[in-house]
Amino acid sequence: MPGKLKVKIVAGRHLPVMDRASDLTDAFVEVKFGNTTFKTDVYLKSLNPQWNSEWFKFEVDDEDLQDEPLQITVLDHDTYSANDAIGKVYIDIDPLLYSEAATVISGWFPIYDTIHGIRGEINVVVKVDLFNDLNRFRQSSCGVKFFCTTSIPKCYRAVIIHGFVEELVVNEDPEYQWIDRIRTPRASNEARQRLISLMSGELQRKIGLKVLEMRGNAVVGYLQCFDLEGESGLVVRAIGTACTLDKLSSPAAFLPACNSPSKEMKEIPFNEDPNPNTHSSGPSTPLKNQTYSFSPSKSYSRQSSSSDTDLSLTPKTGMGSGSAGKEGGPFKALLRQQTQSALEQREFPFFTLTAFPPGFLVHVGGVVSARSVKLLDRIHNPDEPETRDAWWAEIRQEIKSHAKALGCHAVVGYSESTSICEEVCILSASGTAAVLNPRFLQDGTVEGCLEQRLEENLPTRCGFCHIPYDELNMPFPAHLTYCYNCRKQKVPDVLFTTIDLPTDATVIGKGCLIQARLCRLKKKAQAEANATAISNLLPFMEYEVHTQLMNKLKLKGMNALFGLRIQITVGENMLMGLASATGVYLAALPTPGGIQIAGKTPNDGSYEQHISHMQKKINDTIAKNKELYEISPPEISEEIIGSPIPEPRQRSRLLRSQSESSDEVTELDLSHGKKDAFVLEIDDTDAMEDVHSLLTDVPPPSGFYSCNTEIMPGINNWTSEIQMFTSVRVIRLSSLNLTNQALNKNFNDLCENLLKSLYFKLRSMIPCCLCHVNFTVSLPEDELIQVTVTAVAITFDKNQALQTTKTHVEKSLQRASTDNEELLQFPLELCSDSLSSHPLPPAKAVTVEKASPVGDGNFRNRSAPPCANSTVGVVKMTPLSFIPGAKITKYLGIINMFFIRETTSLREEGGVSGFLHAFIAEVFAMVRAHVAALGGNAVVSYIMKQCVFMENPNKNQAQCLINVSGDAVVFVRESDLEVVSTQQPTANCQSSCTEGEVTT
Amino acid sequence: MLGPGARSGISALPEVAWRRHARPQQCPARGARAPGVAMTSELDIFVGNTTLIDEDVYRLWLDGYSVTDAVALRVRSGILEQTGATAAVLQSDTMDHYRTFHMLERLLHAPPKLLHQLIFQIPPSRQALLIERYYAFDEAFVREVLGKKLSKGTKKDLDDISTKTGITLKSCRRQFDNFKRVFKVVEEMRGSLVDNIQQHFLLSDRLARDYAAIVFFANNRFETGKKKLQYLSFGDFAFCAELMIQNWTLGAVDSQMDDMDMDLDKEFLQDLKELKVLVADKDLLDLHKSLVCTALRGKLGVFSEMEANFKNLSRGLVNVAAKLTHNKDVRDLFVDLVEKFVEPCRSDHWPLSDVRFFLNQYSASVHSLDGFRLVAQHVCLCPGVCPSHPPVSPPFPHSVRRPAER
Repeated sequence: MPGKLKVKIVAGRHLPVMDRASDLTDAFVEVKFGNTTFKTDVYLKSLNPQWNSEWFKFEVDDEDLQDEPLQITVLDHDTYSANDAIGKVYIDIDPLLYSEAATVISGWFPIYDTIHGIRGEINVVVKVDLFNDLNRFRQSSCGVKFFCTTSIPKCYRAVIIHGFVEELVVNEDPEYQWIDRIRTPRASNEARQRLISLMSGELQRKIGLKVLEMRGNAVVGYLQCFDLEGESGLVVRAIGTACTLDKLSSPAAFLPACNSPSKEMKEIPFNEDPNPNTHSSGPSTPLKNQTYSFSPSKSYSRQSSSSDTDLSLTPKTGMGSGSAGKEGGPFKALLRQQTQSALEQREFPFFTLTAFPPGFLVHVGGVVSARSVKLLDRIHNPDEPETRDAWWAEIRQEIKSHAKALGCHAVVGYSESTSICEEVCILSASGTAAVLNPRFLQDGTVEGCLEQRLEENLPTRCGFCHIPYDELNMPFPAHLTYCYNCRKQKVPDVLFTTIDLPTDATVIGKGCLIQARLCRLKKKAQAEANATAISNLLPFMEYEVHTQLMNKLKLKGMNALFGLRIQITVGENMLMGLASATGVYLAALPTPGGIQIAGKTPNDGSYEQHISHMQKKINDTIAKNKELYEISPPEISEEIIGSPIPEPRQRSRLLRSQSESSDEVTELDLSHGKKDAFVLEIDDTDAMEDVHSLLTDVPPPSGFYSCNTEIMPGINNWTSEIQMFTSVRVIRLSSLNLTNQALNKNFNDLCENLLKSLYFKLRSMIPCCLCHVNFTVSLPEDELIQVTVTAVAITFDKNQALQTTKTHVEKSLQRASTDNEELLQFPLELCSDSLSSHPLPPAKAVTVEKASPVGDGNFRNRSAPPCANSTVGVVKMTPLSFIPGAKITKYLGIINMFFIRETTSLREEGGVSGFLHAFIAEVFAMVRAHVAALGGNAVVSYIMKQCVFMENPNKNQAQCLINVSGDAVVFVRESDLEVVSTQQPTANCQSSCTEGEVTT
Repeated sequence: MLGPGARSGISALPEVAWRRHARPQQCPARGARAPGVAMTSELDIFVGNTTLIDEDVYRLWLDGYSVTDAVALRVRSGILEQTGATAAVLQSDTMDHYRTFHMLERLLHAPPKLLHQLIFQIPPSRQALLIERYYAFDEAFVREVLGKKLSKGTKKDLDDISTKTGITLKSCRRQFDNFKRVFKVVEEMRGSLVDNIQQHFLLSDRLARDYAAIVFFANNRFETGKKKLQYLSFGDFAFCAELMIQNWTLGAVDSQMDDMDMDLDKEFLQDLKELKVLVADKDLLDLHKSLVCTALRGKLGVFSEMEANFKNLSRGLVNVAAKLTHNKDVRDLFVDLVEKFVEPCRSDHWPLSDVRFFLNQYSASVHSLDGFRLVAQHVCLCPGVCPSHPPVSPPFPHSVRRPAER
């Protein structure tokens, strides 16, 4: 089914000087699609050529339309020698293939060269004429919409959520040992860019076909990754969630996510009669089910297989389905059966979504993860991706069985990642085991489902916390209590998840970013020995990361983690573990106990004194944190809850199972208050270090909050000021006798300093929250650690009350009054506009109202009339799925870009920092330009998936690969001008705070 | 009329003060790194979707401080105490900003590029600030180079200027290069000098006028560095430059003409020779004097001194005007004016208002002189300078309007 692609090259500007003699350029353009190439005329002697070409028409298959990028090359004409390339522009025309997305791509694109970076801009217009009507078209995979957003996009409605789709394609890497190779500088990197562009197009098309097979029309939570496997090739893989989406006629029906949390919270009946049901509860553990890939025996095969550690799966397989909880009653059983039947048809009941339509998530079991260490095989056949497919299938199977062990049929918030060093590759997958509402998974509309939910399934506010597994036949020892919210069902004492906080969850206080950081030295080894060593280290790392997370969570006085992401990175001589999550206090879960320190040698007086000193410090920190994050849960007397029957002995043994002296310790008073305390044992200097490192985490300066989820629990009065940023740091470790401790300290300092720097840089945005803080660690070389952070800082309004439903009326009143204000202000705005069209209004130059990092939003409105001078529209970028204070009206298509930049004059470009700084700025610029050309004004769900940096200072060379993606959207500001707090009556703020209501 | 006080737009006084008092000695950030920690930072960057601009750091950068010095100055400003940051954080932050500014500098050389470029997303008001600050200059510096040829030779002298003024060499170079760049761009252009500068450098009206003055002075090479002229501020000269551009250049006659505001109108300077008659013709001189004296009697505090000196003053002014056909004398215009007119007035302790009265009357009376109307008209706009007063406006005593009949 052919389509006609039409391209017009309009003009260029700011071209580089290619002819030294005349200081000018004779530029022309080559337009290539598939195997067809067109050329414009040569525009002589100009840095701002006006080609104004005819329409170049390509008649192509829609398969090609999906796979191929449009390649535009700008060249300098040279009569005698070969024409010099100035640079290239790759345009993904996929957005033009959906009916609802962009209709034309038109705008200025930066001309990019892998060596020189951006060299001027070119104005291009691209259109696609489809010969067939949409219905026929839909039979190919062209019509399928892709979204990076991991929730149902704002102006759509999910009719059915079909489930997991995955695909991978492999190819040989045109360039893997770039530094030592003889080649023309640009050639191989350009070949690589082109290839990856082609591969991602192909991948997307294949995924699209799978979606159509499932009768879906969209992929949500689309995550595409590249594995640069070096000699063995290049893997492009993608996962996503197939859905059938309906466009909402009035997108207003969806409130922006920032307004939604914790409405009507005071209706929650705290003083409801307790459930008289007194079940004896088992011992407790954090809800987490991990497996480590071990080499099961000495006879290590080329591909290490993965197996469980101590959590045997065999007894659990049948468990989830049959005996539904006595607690849940018949509904739960029914639900479970339905869900199961709906999900059983699927190979992998996984969902890459992290936020869900209301009612979708019934119960959450806990985090499930699986890792496996593989050796990359040298022999590689691009036409047979089966090996890689088999690896992933294996891991997914494992995840599935873990979920089953937790009594869950589905995994939500699912993601996959790899870490590669030389020929060893760690494959990781993680997600959250969950029980889902079957109605979303079958045909039928959401509304019907919602109604039914309201009838049948009463309070879902705390429902997701309730355990999905059978408490008599628990997969692992866990500490259960009755839900602090409904008092009817059991909840665990701690909940770890990889998803975002459900919008209807009741949270007390604010959340915070919690990180566990860990390094382990490893001997340098080859191939199998190396893989075995890594396999052996993995479980210990997982265990320690987990312990650290748990300790830090307790130290914060919180009881649940959301958005948990554990990254294990492999290097030549070390392994790094970095876990990030957002800690919160869920009202439904029990109050966390404190942390108790126990010394091993109680005889020594001074030692004991030291211990008690530490204990005091820890207790102080907990108290301080509770205050800082406004955690003041309601005091509930013991009888009401029903005694939870703690079994401290078993508990502590489980948590520190490796310490031999745990028995001795538990003789100490563990009934710390009404809750059993978490015991930390100081038996050697290592443990001391651990405790110290617990206390070294400095809380953010006042006015700052941070989280790695979409929104910060407890804050929802965002203003429209956002600043997305990427920060990269590389440190070199001195190779002299590195120990694990020194390494840990260095890594910890690196992360902490990075956060401190961010807080400092963004200080003018206070009060502000860093949202979606995404840390990535890599080990580019022996002694180098690279940490990349992408996040968005959003200012919130301190004074304004949280906008709960009951204040909506007030809000609209306020809106009305601010409207009046706006009317008054408008003439002023107008005149400042007219001033700004003048080259430089002096008044504006002198009075700069706002400090630095903010205000792209504000200025957008003010500079609206396109004055002759400023033609560059503002494009916002955010890793979140929404834009505060604005409504997304249209999704224009997915942005998925891959760039390579190289230099052979590193010092001249300002060293590694100068080089990378410029490159990242250029990447941002190219993303913005593409979005603007699609007619959008923002990128949501933006993510920098890869930032691979390599340097060779001796040769004065460096190279960097960056892969970014996101959704191009059009947004409209909710109120044209954000009039800030001054007009908002502050009288009702404090009193109507959600926290206030809950805590009373 | 602008006095020096109102000119803080170009020579921000606090900066100067800061520079004097806060000479950095040594960077604490270097020493702050704990010796025991076995790591060194290889790479450290921060890139925002909206480019972060810290005004304070920008100022330090513009003032030519090294990263080390800038960090030391920031530490001294108490920022660490305010924010609870460490010196290492400050160092990293400063480096980041310096890198950004360095990347922006190329664009700042052609400000319209800054507006059209795609790499840095900067709100318009911030762009304006960047440009305005980049092109701002120090009063002390501009006084050193005003009227000098903007050549390599002068650039070599920047070391001395830096030592003399206490402005860093880097900052001197930036300012010098700015002057030169603006000069080169507008040199051959037609039309209004101020408009051209504004259009190509997107400067504020005030700053564009200042640059017009600098370009005008550089082009005509007016001597401003003599000791006698030291008491005059840049503002004083800029005021004169503006009047001269308005009245003495080719562009002043006819903006459609192929010439520009930079060069003095040769024909007009030739015509000024005709003024000699005012002092050469005894009758005319007496008549002129009596007209002026009649008009000013009782109004001038220094009437008797004026009356006694009239002949000398008039001769001084007319001679200065008549000599302007020679390039050498054009360059010495301000020196001559001060010697021939300002100093006599000053020695007789003329108050400022009296100078103004006198000059106005001096030029107005010429109109009533028979047989002179066709030659020229003097319009004395400038009240002159009294030693006891700070110079409120330039000492330039007369600006001559072209003959109406041309």
